[in-house]
Amino acid sequence: MLQDKLLELRDKALESIGSVSSLKQLQDVHVRYLGKKGPITEVLKGMGKLAKEERPVIGQLANDVRKAIGVWIEEKKAELEAGVLEAQLESEKIDVTLPGRKAQIGAHHLLASVIREVEDLFIGLGFSIAEGPEVEEDYYAFEALNLPKDHPARDMQDSFYITDEILLRPHTSPMQARTLEAHKGEGPVKIICPGKVYRRDNDDATHSHQFMQIEGLCVDKNVRLSDLKGVLTVFAKHMFGAEREIRLRPSFFPFTEPSVEMDISCFRCGGHGCAVCKGTGWIEILGAGMVHPNVLRMSGFNPSVYTGFAFGMGPERIAMLKYGIEDIRNFYTDDIRFLKQFKRA
Amino acid sequence: MLVSYKWLQDYVDLDGVTPEELADRITNAGIEVEHLTYPGKDLKGIVVGKVSACEPHPASDHLHLCQVDLGAETVQIVCGAQNVAAGQKVPVATVGARIGGGVQIRRSKFRGEESNGMICALSELGVDSDLVPKEYADGIYVFDEDVPVGADALPYLNLDDAILDLDILVSSAHCMNMIGVAHEVAAIFDRPVHIPAPDVIETDQAAADKISLKVEAGEKVPYYSARLIEGIEVASSPRWMQLRLMAAGIRPISNVVDISNYVMLEYGQPLHTFDFDAFGSDRVLVRFADRNETIKTLDGQERTLTKEDIVITNGKEAAAVAGIMGGESSEVTLSTNKVLLESAVFDPISIRKTAARLQMRTDASSRFEKRLDRNRVAPASDRAAELLAIYAHARVLKGIVEQGERTVPETVITMPWKKINQVLGANLSFDVIKGTLGRLGFTVKTEGDTIHVKVPARRFDVAIPEDLVEEVGRMYGYDHIPATLPEGSAVQAELTPYQKLRRRTERLMESAGLTQAYTYSLTTGDHASAYTVHPASEKQVKVIWPMSEEHAVLRQSIVPQLIGVVKYHLNRQMPDVALYEIGKVFIPKPGNPRPGEEEHLAGAITGRSAERSWEGEARPVDFYTVKGVLETLFESLAVSERIDYRPARRDGLHPGQTAEIFLDGKVIGYAGALHPKVQKDAGLNETFVFEVAIESLLRKSEPEIAYRILPRFPSITRDIALVVDRSVSAADLDRVIREAAGPLLASVRLFDVYEGAHVAENEKSMAFSLVYLDPERTLTDDEVNAVHGQIIDACSQRLGAQLRS
Repeated sequence: MLQDKLLELRDKALESIGSVSSLKQLQDVHVRYLGKKGPITEVLKGMGKLAKEERPVIGQLANDVRKAIGVWIEEKKAELEAGVLEAQLESEKIDVTLPGRKAQIGAHHLLASVIREVEDLFIGLGFSIAEGPEVEEDYYAFEALNLPKDHPARDMQDSFYITDEILLRPHTSPMQARTLEAHKGEGPVKIICPGKVYRRDNDDATHSHQFMQIEGLCVDKNVRLSDLKGVLTVFAKHMFGAEREIRLRPSFFPFTEPSVEMDISCFRCGGHGCAVCKGTGWIEILGAGMVHPNVLRMSGFNPSVYTGFAFGMGPERIAMLKYGIEDIRNFYTDDIRFLKQFKRA
Repeated sequence: MLVSYKWLQDYVDLDGVTPEELADRITNAGIEVEHLTYPGKDLKGIVVGKVSACEPHPASDHLHLCQVDLGAETVQIVCGAQNVAAGQKVPVATVGARIGGGVQIRRSKFRGEESNGMICALSELGVDSDLVPKEYADGIYVFDEDVPVGADALPYLNLDDAILDLDILVSSAHCMNMIGVAHEVAAIFDRPVHIPAPDVIETDQAAADKISLKVEAGEKVPYYSARLIEGIEVASSPRWMQLRLMAAGIRPISNVVDISNYVMLEYGQPLHTFDFDAFGSDRVLVRFADRNETIKTLDGQERTLTKEDIVITNGKEAAAVAGIMGGESSEVTLSTNKVLLESAVFDPISIRKTAARLQMRTDASSRFEKRLDRNRVAPASDRAAELLAIYAHARVLKGIVEQGERTVPETVITMPWKKINQVLGANLSFDVIKGTLGRLGFTVKTEGDTIHVKVPARRFDVAIPEDLVEEVGRMYGYDHIPATLPEGSAVQAELTPYQKLRRRTERLMESAGLTQAYTYSLTTGDHASAYTVHPASEKQVKVIWPMSEEHAVLRQSIVPQLIGVVKYHLNRQMPDVALYEIGKVFIPKPGNPRPGEEEHLAGAITGRSAERSWEGEARPVDFYTVKGVLETLFESLAVSERIDYRPARRDGLHPGQTAEIFLDGKVIGYAGALHPKVQKDAGLNETFVFEVAIESLLRKSEPEIAYRILPRFPSITRDIALVVDRSVSAADLDRVIREAAGPLLASVRLFDVYEGAHVAENEKSMAFSLVYLDPERTLTDDEVNAVHGQIIDACSQRLGAQLRS
């Protein structure tokens, strides 16, 4: 009797589970058949009335039925859940081609990028970065650089003076004298000094009354002109491409002897001659030379023990050449349409 | 310095050396040839013709009908020049010829008369009309007798020449004359140089019998000499001399003037000729000018002198400003019969100062300024005398009247010869070094490893061993020197902590959406003292000679410059701008002309921080945008705990939307909205600015990172909403909460501010999220409740806060 009842229950439950279409209904089925007050529990309660030998048989069957219903419910539940998830995913579908929420990133100024690139290169070569005052004493700006007051290469009209003795530095070279002085006659000294400089020029496409310079100085025992050539070669290749060649031409600066001008082979035409290099195949990049013994001496270094090289370059010029920028004023107008072009520089 | 390729061949054999090669080699050896020009390169078909007959044109009152013998044929040419005449030899552009400006000459008719070519003026042949001698300025050029009829005219006009324009620097002043260039070129090509010695024929009468000389300004006039030359016939100088002067950019005037210019070009020694009769005495006195002494110079200008200036006088009045320009009163004219020829050395600095002050840079002064070959002063005088005798038929009185040392001893540089290789990083043999120096005219004597190098006086730029290193290097060619790297002691290099933090600051600003700007340090007086972090000084740092009022005073803050950049963008329909700059500001110091310098960080933001998008409306920037940028920065620099913001009133800023920023209780900057009035006046939209004394901040930040073990016990979070009077600030509540809480409070975060319905008119509600934590154990609710209660009580007692129900 009980046996038949259980089997009937099983079939009914299977039928109910099959007709269920939601998790809620399935939960109802679960309660109905497997709940504490459900029919199986009822059957088990009535077991006491059974013959002793029948009890394990019926008990076993009741458990089997309960287990089977449980398995069917779990299976159905998984099936229903998969359907629900499917529906959820479908409803959550978005247009992935709509624009995302971008973080606004500002641009690094092109000059700052050029300077940083040069700094990083020279740090790798063992040069530290020295910075100094923009309002200088005449002594450091000129006298200590072998440009005594009456030197013909000096013209007060070229610089912004504040008093007879104080001026806005017209070049970064005062840092040569200041750094040497601070080292009290003991080498090695290896620095580059980037910074702003000022000259009495009218602002136009190629002149700016304020611009940037990077000075380099290397003083040690046995520093040679060939070392200058080597360092500048590394610099040129790093900044303008591995195929660049350099050329040193004799020149004149009061603070170096010998003095040279460095050209690089034209990166536009490779040296065949084009508009960028004015047909020469070479582009003038910077001035350099061996530190003049008077400069060493005045700042406390013994020129018979120490030699050195120095160079000075213009980040504006480098940037203008590299990117074909036509007007130096662009660097100081700060038009964001200009600045943002060089985010990656 | 313009150098004629043809003239140079007087001194050096240039066989096989093209002008291009010459220019390249001179440049590579250290004197830049800026331009190489061929004055006759566009000309074709210009021949020497002889005007065999010249009649007035029958139908014109100013044209001439000329029969011109061209050697092979005689042609008729109509000529409009006033100075054309029969018998002249003239340059003729034949039919088919090309003259200056690319104009082609064709057979044509002028008022019925056929014209087969054109008789040319020099300017028609491309010569700069400023250089054409006066006698030909308004007409055709006329050759002297020596020129063969029918020949190509260009060689006779030096229009087959090439001109090299040398950029002469202080170091290459020895090449500011033809002889100097000749020595340089001879050294470059290793060829001999021929400098002919002047041959002066003097009369028996001694100049010293007629003139006397006294130099009072001896320390500035190391040598002065005068010659007296009589019986001069002032006329034009010969064609060859005129053409050479023109090639050098000097207009021929007369034989006397031209000769002194010619010798200056050739020897580098500026000379001056006084009309001796007009000079006014037989006494030459060289002295310093009196204060306010005046002289009318050759250019007709009245010049007022100072005690620093040197003058040549007749004992009383000044007749010349020494080394710069002569006076009008003793100028050589067509009627001059006697000249006093000066050849002297003046102190370069003195000449430079006088020339600069009087704004008279002349060919003479620029040579004196750059110094000259001391041993060429007397030979130059001889050379001029020689030429005057020949070309002005003059008598040269015997001897030179002089004071000072006529020559100086040659300097000797002593050095170990190996130093040259050491400094260059080269490996030249002794013979190569000696040979190179020898080619340049240096004499080398050896003594073991030491060399004694005698420097010729014309190389006054060479004084120390390093100069000789350069001489060898530039002749040898830096191309042949290897590229090495410094071998000295290994040095480790890195950014300083400050430089690292500054880079981090830049990165943070850019990540926050601000673009880096570089603006000028020099600005207007108004801008210089506006928006300063610390109260602006009354004193301003001004430059003596500004280029404009826009760039006259050093800035004490960056913000006004950035406002200018914002305005630039608004004017160009770019309303969304976010900029920052890190740069120096210059703080005037009392009693010191030199300002203090410190780096500041400034920013300006306007417009929208996010553009309108498919998600919703654009978000305009506001005070909290700017403040958020700064908070992010301070957090990254680990100084947030030491920073606080206090409402402030500042010039040019919105009184209700401005905070001063304090570090450890001291003002280090501000952030705020521009005052609406400022915005209106400047035509700006709502703009927010900040400036922080970043240098002092960065130097005080970056504590060591102190690691803290992760909490092992759970924290408890409690939110609290407090209703307070509107005047109570978030900072007030934050402070009281922290003070009341004690050590268990791990963090406080404001998450809501509410005003409106359910809150009284002049009150607001602020909600905080409080996190409690004990690192040693698990907190109980009771413990937290006790602390929480303390906080509420403190807020209520001190700020009148009530728990929001």
